[in-house]
Amino acid sequence: MSLRVLVACKRVVDFAVKPRVNATQTAVDTKTVKHSMNPFDEIAVEEAVKLKEAKQAASIVAVSCGPAKCQEVLRTALAMGADSAVHVECEDDGNGLLQPLAVAKLLQKTAEKEKADLIILGKQAIDDDASQTGQMLAGLLKWPQATFASKVEILESGKKVQVTREIDGGMETVSAPLPAVITADLRLNEPRYATLPNIMKAKKKPLSKLTPADLGVDIKPRIETLKVAEPPVRQGGRIVESVDELVTLLKKDGVV
Amino acid sequence: MRCTEEQREYLSLARDFADNEMAPKMLEASWDEHEALPVDVLQKAAALGFGGVYVSEDVGGTGLGRLETSVIFEALATGCVSTTAYISIHNMCAWMIDTFGNEEQRRHYLPSLVSMKTLASYCLTEPGAGSDAASLATTAVRKGDHYILNGSKAFISGGGHSDVYVIMARTGGAGPKGISAFIVEKDAPGLSFGKKERKVGWNSQPTRAVIMEDCQVPARNLLGAEGQGFQFAMKGLDGGRVNIASCSLGAAQASLEAALEHTRVRKQFNTSLNQFQYTQFEMAEMAANLNASRLMVREAARLLDEQSPMATSYCAMAKLFATDQCFKICNQALQLHGGYGYLKDYPVQQWMRDSRVHQILEGTNEIMRMIVARELVRLE
Repeated sequence: MSLRVLVACKRVVDFAVKPRVNATQTAVDTKTVKHSMNPFDEIAVEEAVKLKEAKQAASIVAVSCGPAKCQEVLRTALAMGADSAVHVECEDDGNGLLQPLAVAKLLQKTAEKEKADLIILGKQAIDDDASQTGQMLAGLLKWPQATFASKVEILESGKKVQVTREIDGGMETVSAPLPAVITADLRLNEPRYATLPNIMKAKKKPLSKLTPADLGVDIKPRIETLKVAEPPVRQGGRIVESVDELVTLLKKDGVV
Repeated sequence: MRCTEEQREYLSLARDFADNEMAPKMLEASWDEHEALPVDVLQKAAALGFGGVYVSEDVGGTGLGRLETSVIFEALATGCVSTTAYISIHNMCAWMIDTFGNEEQRRHYLPSLVSMKTLASYCLTEPGAGSDAASLATTAVRKGDHYILNGSKAFISGGGHSDVYVIMARTGGAGPKGISAFIVEKDAPGLSFGKKERKVGWNSQPTRAVIMEDCQVPARNLLGAEGQGFQFAMKGLDGGRVNIASCSLGAAQASLEAALEHTRVRKQFNTSLNQFQYTQFEMAEMAANLNASRLMVREAARLLDEQSPMATSYCAMAKLFATDQCFKICNQALQLHGGYGYLKDYPVQQWMRDSRVHQILEGTNEIMRMIVARELVRLE
């Protein structure tokens, strides 16, 4: 099969980091904290690699949009099994400049350039939790979309894809002709570790660089962030002496 | 010493593996308490390339340098010092066979060693020959196409479990030049093992005496030539010392991280512990000593990579300094935990227990002083 799969990989603040709002309350402080690939995007990469191992995909290109450090997550994707990588370099002002619509447009142009037949993204990024890029991308490309996938099957020798998605109250199975956009849910697979030899081999795989200008995309933010604040500190509770006291207090506060 | 981008990737892989596959089991699955070698995790680690980190690629090794190896073992040790130390000893044995073995030996033993389908142990120390290793009494006498080994080896990590033993035995006269190295398989006739030792730490790997009574070893299992064994053993140990010191770095790193977290959360006198200047100064000192240790260990590793004549002395200095300082850091972290630090529910006591032995094995820290001093006096 000759499917070309494109996977999007976002560099995000590592899941284990306790996020802090910056001093000017414009964004989360990202300066000195550990970053890694968005975990949902890792699942997307794993799915693409599985498709390739099952000989259902011919090649995988990993794409990341953002500052120079994004190349680190692309190297991870290459070490996991992507064949090539594209870095769309965008300045990072630390204020969440690159918004989902801009990324969707960059991915649209990159997908056209790379002649992708299937695009897999994480269902959302763990930093802003927007869950918009995949949907917008499908809209821009006018391709069908299957979001929150927990199972992906390629049918009719690469003409069709069948996706099981988790919805409230059960599973929904949808199918779409290719090309299509899929976003990966948590239970789609368990991403592999890159092995030491594959990390070494990843160095030799092609990584090309583009700019938004190369792709003719205007990445100016369309949404203005007014203020970013930490959630209010939880007020401490108190221990009551008896059930009667509890009921009295609850009644007093109008809860019961 | 800043890591290159590639080294950071190895580090991040090793740390992920330590965080996900080792750290939770070190405590919750009680590798320490149950004293069972986690072979499944060893093989999983080997599948990622940790079974033969500095073994040649043609036999399935990863082919990295000692500096990368140090970075990797440090990161793995944050998940379990004892298990990582065993992986490092296994790596050292595999490296010895790779470096000093002939083609036949390399092809026969290394592919299964690097995948950790078979495990290896290093056998130098004897009940009567510890620090004075060159006085070892195990003999090997050539008889036809076999050597007959007699003697016993003490404190052998992996003893009784490992499949392959790299054993130093005397084929010639007294002193280091009379010693040869042999690859001995577990089922060799005349090979047996002592009872499992009960230890303060390093409990996820068994330690036993290895006993040879007219033990028959095929002559083709001689490593290199007769009389080269002690030299091989010492070369192996240079790297072994960097590996063990790296495991200490991991223990200290993990202990410092635990102390930072505990002193942030724990409140006394209505204040988080980390707001007391004493706590802050203590942790600053721990961080400074950890960094100094790391710099020394990585420099020693680099000198090994460059095959510098200074390597032996610098490996000894790094092992001496880092294992002493890192044990102290683990102990300081335990103290910062107060009574909780003494409970086995908290991992800090295990990092302290596991790293204690690093001041003793791969040459005691007293012997490290001798090695460094010998070089100093010679230079004078």
